[in-house]
Amino acid sequence: MRILIVGGGTGGTIIANNLARRLDSEIRARTANITMLSASDLHMYQPGLLYVAFGQMMPDELYRKQATLLESSIEFHVDPVDKFELDRKEVTTKSGKTYAYDILVIATGSRVMPRKIPGLEEGSETFYTEAGAVSMFKKLREFEGGNVGIVVGVPHKCPIAPVEVTFSLHDYFNKRGIRDKVNIKYHYPINRIHSIENVAIWAKPEFDRMGVEYETLFNIEEVDVENKIVKSMEGSEYKYDLLISIPEHHGMGVIEDNGLGKDGWIPTDRYQLTMEGHDNVYVVGDTTNLPVSKTGSAAHFEAEVISENIASIVKIGVPVTEYDGKVYCFIEAGHDKATYANFNYENPPDLRAANKSMHWFKMSYNKMYWTSVRGLL
Amino acid sequence: MSETKVVDACNTYCPGPLMELITYMKQAEVGDVIELLSTDQGTATDVPEWVNKIGHEMVNSEKVGDVWHISVRKAK
Repeated sequence: MRILIVGGGTGGTIIANNLARRLDSEIRARTANITMLSASDLHMYQPGLLYVAFGQMMPDELYRKQATLLESSIEFHVDPVDKFELDRKEVTTKSGKTYAYDILVIATGSRVMPRKIPGLEEGSETFYTEAGAVSMFKKLREFEGGNVGIVVGVPHKCPIAPVEVTFSLHDYFNKRGIRDKVNIKYHYPINRIHSIENVAIWAKPEFDRMGVEYETLFNIEEVDVENKIVKSMEGSEYKYDLLISIPEHHGMGVIEDNGLGKDGWIPTDRYQLTMEGHDNVYVVGDTTNLPVSKTGSAAHFEAEVISENIASIVKIGVPVTEYDGKVYCFIEAGHDKATYANFNYENPPDLRAANKSMHWFKMSYNKMYWTSVRGLL
Repeated sequence: MSETKVVDACNTYCPGPLMELITYMKQAEVGDVIELLSTDQGTATDVPEWVNKIGHEMVNSEKVGDVWHISVRKAK
């Protein structure tokens, strides 16, 4: 059985390592093999970008060599896929090589698309890329006071990030002693300040306590860079001195270019995690079109289900389990406390008050991630 | 030619039904209809509020069993 994993992010890497262990005897007997194709030789811990944006982590702390994270039985190539030929069970890479498979895992992830909104790329700071996070920190450092706006595109990765960055901005300006010179205004696309009702219920009084203003039903239409005004599709405007954006995300271009999914999101069965119409193609993490948070956490729990099912298909011919929509997200509530949201398709999250121990758990997880992605945690 | 697309946002808490609707409305062409399926009781009021504010058109809103079926036409 030839298993091909396209993409070396959180989901793809956990699946590869988990499968390498589950199928150890089959790999030794040469009845199964695992190949991973990735666009990069580096693996980035993306949640760390929020800390880079506040000068709390250095960019080089976010990376490991991908090859060092993989079990030795996994064949790994830095050679991104150019063409998916699902009917022929083959992919062709940028270098021109063809890889045949029996089971394919697509784990190509997502990317920010600030260019979809006129003026957003030039007019705002974003922490969703390494360069963006470093630039944002430099802008924060130079900031001496005025209006700071937070705006959020749809859809976006890490739905907790808009709330987290708002708490962090409050703490950062407080620490610099200029909070009284800074007006922070949070703008959100739907009718409440977070998509998860219990997060909104928890965060609203916290925003009130911190003196953070908020406006809901604000979907970014354009940024007037010259006059420093961000406008919403709903007809309102905000005059800013510093604009922080969480831009709209799309899946990777290769997905849309191959006709696998609109805007790069692949239609996926919410329980089996297979691509619609293709039982031998699994989709994980941000790449799916599932109505589930685009987070490393969702990718992690999906990856465990996919690994178990691919291994059982190899061993007994059928899958054995289903994804229940599980997501567990840390929520940093500033620079010294945190809480979490734990939910699935059937059960909404029940938020607890933020505390210091959960913050230190998150700080520890920032290091433990490298164990997690090896499939050990 | 206008299309009708069904978006199943039943039993989802994050990003949630309205965020799902906004995502698919962006992908749609003017004149297309999105039928949103949701088990979230708030959807029945949240969606019309957004639709009216942004200027799209409510086509239908009904509850069948536990599921809200809310259809919206993209107007601009």
